[in-house]
Amino acid sequence: MTTTGENDPRLEKYRRMQRIRQFEAKAEKIHADGEIPGALHTYAGMEASGVGACMALRDDDYMVGNHRSHGHPIAKGAKLRPLMAELLGKKTGVCSGKGGSMHLSDFSMGSLGETSIVGSGGPVTAGAALGAKLQGLDRVALCFFGDGASSEGAIHEGMNLAAVWSLPAIFVCENNRFGMSTPTSDAVAGENVADRAHGYGIPGVIVDGQDVDAVEAAVREAVDRARAGKGPTLIETKTYRYGDHAVNMGRELTPRGPEHDDWVKRDPITIYRQRLIEAGVTEADLDAIDKTIADEVADALQFARDSEYPVFEEAFDDVFVDRVPIPAEVQAHA
Amino acid sequence: MARITFLEAIMQAQQEEMQRDDKVFIMGEDVRCNVFGTTTGFVDAFGAERVRDTPISENGFIGAAGGAAMVGMRPIVDATISSFLFPAMDQICSIIAKSRYIYGGQAKLPLVIRSCLFYGNSNAAQHSDRPYSMFMNMPGLKIIAPSCASDMKGLLKAAVRSDDPVLSFEDSTCWMAKDEVPEGEHIIPLGKGDIKREGSDVTIIGVAGGVNVALKAAKALEQEGISAEVIDPRTLVPLDRELILQSVRKTGRAICVDPAHMTCSAASEISATIVENAFDALRAPVLRVTTPDTHLPFSPHIEKPLYPSVERIVDAARKVVGTKQTQPA
Ligand SMILES: Cc1ncc(C[n+]2csc(CCOP(=O)(O)OP(=O)(O)O)c2C)c(N)n1
Repeated sequence: MTTTGENDPRLEKYRRMQRIRQFEAKAEKIHADGEIPGALHTYAGMEASGVGACMALRDDDYMVGNHRSHGHPIAKGAKLRPLMAELLGKKTGVCSGKGGSMHLSDFSMGSLGETSIVGSGGPVTAGAALGAKLQGLDRVALCFFGDGASSEGAIHEGMNLAAVWSLPAIFVCENNRFGMSTPTSDAVAGENVADRAHGYGIPGVIVDGQDVDAVEAAVREAVDRARAGKGPTLIETKTYRYGDHAVNMGRELTPRGPEHDDWVKRDPITIYRQRLIEAGVTEADLDAIDKTIADEVADALQFARDSEYPVFEEAFDDVFVDRVPIPAEVQAHA
Repeated sequence: MARITFLEAIMQAQQEEMQRDDKVFIMGEDVRCNVFGTTTGFVDAFGAERVRDTPISENGFIGAAGGAAMVGMRPIVDATISSFLFPAMDQICSIIAKSRYIYGGQAKLPLVIRSCLFYGNSNAAQHSDRPYSMFMNMPGLKIIAPSCASDMKGLLKAAVRSDDPVLSFEDSTCWMAKDEVPEGEHIIPLGKGDIKREGSDVTIIGVAGGVNVALKAAKALEQEGISAEVIDPRTLVPLDRELILQSVRKTGRAICVDPAHMTCSAASEISATIVENAFDALRAPVLRVTTPDTHLPFSPHIEKPLYPSVERIVDAARKVVGTKQTQPA
């Protein structure tokens, strides 16, 4: 079997997971060095959830995510340069330096925002699905949200709306077992978030979030259903985040039990790599991919470092279509 | 007197009030794990029933605090970052602010909703709000916004004892600043402002962390021979209008320093109060030094210059004092 083709979807899945892992490893390091301002919420450990879901989407399908925002755009195929530049607060960043780590949203890839107000993406997703439907586009909208976010009214309202109007939406709850310091079991009633689907009369699916193929299969089924006009699905990916709520905070918030090591042993990239090797892909091919991605990340960082910061006047752009007035007394000291 | 930080002042106020009155309890996201250091040792001291971690559902638990208050409890809600009050706007504005009124005085809602003003550190627009002035426009909510540890402690204790709902806005730029705080019973009545520095040429009214910037500016102005008085209202609702007016009647000039966005800011309200009530005493226009009406960007290079700074206040002071000097006799 030929395994190294650029278009082999299996390798693309591996590539995207590796891209997330390596991009974030670099980001975490330079954040520790003070090169990235603000907080950094990493996705490491959850790569199969994002990549599996996005592999089931078309480029023109919509996606909404959250504060843990690095994985989603890379999973959907976004280029690394504007993402890294955004982390550094540069003008060439994907959000022109306005959003930063919690908001890596590439609208050219179908993103409608990575929003850092927990749960706030639910209604946006329902609305995008409604907009697609009203315009006769056969696009779907997918919402990534956390187990913690499942407690927000906005998530419930978005799902109910999508269900009652049979909208082409997919709600993916990435259950990584904690919201900041709080174990899911202390904050979320019922055993599974997916069980709530029953209340909306829509399918609720639980999937191994460390298995990229399993996630992809579950989301693909939901996407087919949505495109066929049969309404939304709620999918819960059981997963785990390796890092603390945010990294380099000088203090660990998330309590780690003995199961931490078990989760790390079930690393989504290791599992998938093993599966590819069993299917005949060579170690050398995979190592070559790893190397290519290391180069991509290095290139993205170089690009970001070489880029300019936004100029002060740009702080007044994009409140509205037209720049808002800049008070002279503020401008004088900028 | 003990020298403690602003965060320690919050911790002590909560601790003392929980010891004093077993109706007082605290709830919020991750309060047990003590993210910001305001609930140190609370679970051991008071038990998990009175120190409650909530789901991430602000409208739910803030509204529930209102319900618990109606039946006799005195909840302190730690809503962490003030931007997270927005999902709870419904319960805060429709239930908590209005129940006493709409039911003709039958309902009593003694609760405190604490949240911090988390700006200036590249947290981007969705986390950097300073929304007290939005709540000032909603009757029925008392609002404190202290600028130092001593005031923080005294006001928070008063807030817990108040039979009205109180929003406490805690400026994160003040968190680590140390200050002398009186030992023992230290209560500052709601609605009472403070003169932080006496002066004669211009009154600078600061809001929250804006007070500390104003104090630095006052020092710089001293070098130029301009004597600035710095007033801290400390409580925004009710506002100590008389203290502000007294000062402006003395100096004849006023600058309002407020980290909120300019339009309908606390500074706007203070400015209007002065113009309406002390117009005859004014020798120059009242100026506002605020954050302009744009969102807060992530990129630190363009975020930092948006907030009130010493330089902007000094400029404003020169302008208003200069106005007098250039006027014909
Ligand atoms: C409305 C709101 N409340 C609280 C927060 C603070 N906060 C940020 S992330 C987070 C935990 C979110 O947990 P979850 O949805 O499970 O996502 P995870 O971080 O675990 O990926 C909290 C409480 C917020 N950003 N927005």
